[in-house]
Amino acid sequence: MASRDDIKFLSNPNIGSKRQKYCRFKKFGIKHIDYKDSDFLVQFVNGQGKVLPRRITGNSLKYQRKVSTAVKRARHLALLPYVTDLLK
Amino acid sequence: MRNYEVTFIVDPVLTGDEIKGTAQTYVDRLQSEGCKIVAVDEMGLRQLAYPINRRTTGIYYCIEFETENGVVVDPMELSLRRDERIMRFLTVKLDKFGVEYNKNKREGVIGKAKRTKMREQQEAAQKKAQKANQPHGDNLKRIEGIGPKVSEALKGYGISTFAMLAAKTPERIKEILLEIDADRFQNQDPTTWSKQAELAAAGDWDKLKAWQEDLKGGRVASSQSGSGEEE
Repeated sequence: MASRDDIKFLSNPNIGSKRQKYCRFKKFGIKHIDYKDSDFLVQFVNGQGKVLPRRITGNSLKYQRKVSTAVKRARHLALLPYVTDLLK
Repeated sequence: MRNYEVTFIVDPVLTGDEIKGTAQTYVDRLQSEGCKIVAVDEMGLRQLAYPINRRTTGIYYCIEFETENGVVVDPMELSLRRDERIMRFLTVKLDKFGVEYNKNKREGVIGKAKRTKMREQQEAAQKKAQKANQPHGDNLKRIEGIGPKVSEALKGYGISTFAMLAAKTPERIKEILLEIDADRFQNQDPTTWSKQAELAAAGDWDKLKAWQEDLKGGRVASSQSGSGEEE
């Protein structure tokens, strides 16, 4: 039986495995999301100003909800638009 | 003890005094109700993401305060709503993480302040490193036989000027070199260095140059001869 070291492939068998998505708040221990920080929140919003879905941003449910409320508060305070075309 | 944060937008067409006055009335009002004002942040004039009351900019204020219970919030919001100088407001109750976040932000530990601070620290460190690299004292490499490595070594040892080098005898210089790094410097021949340094210290560059022409010819080839060609 050939051991793992003996098996050689012509191309890397790890090719095609997706980059691991993680929740950036859990990973870096960020506990509070400031609604006044529009530069930070704009990462979680698409070009039309809509909040990005969790499967795209990789956030955990808890933090996705916090992000969502922060974005909505920022919209109320006119720090982020409700609807637009040229956000990014 | 509850912590609240109220952010409001003041009409920008008012005069500066009126704007400040508006913010001050609310600060005073809160204080008179017995709240402890943690911070008042004037975020300044900002472009609004969409027009409010046909205005496109506004002055943002953020007041963070602490009270025993929440009875003070509703009347304050009512007066904010009635006030014609205020376009929008939002009152938020802060949890412990929010309080800590705001505290860190004020002290510059996180966020933009931190990034600029880190950048400043990096620049300062770079400048220091540059300064350390620059030749301090005299340029010892002007002496025939002293190249960049020897010059660094001598400077590190403490001999940074021509005068100091001139004060030493060749034997002493050789000893010093061997002390610093025996393998690297064992082939150095410092016989003429003190004399050269004397001339250099005196500022006698012509004489030094003339002499160095001779030295180049008659010198034993060493790993430092590259510096001679630079001259």
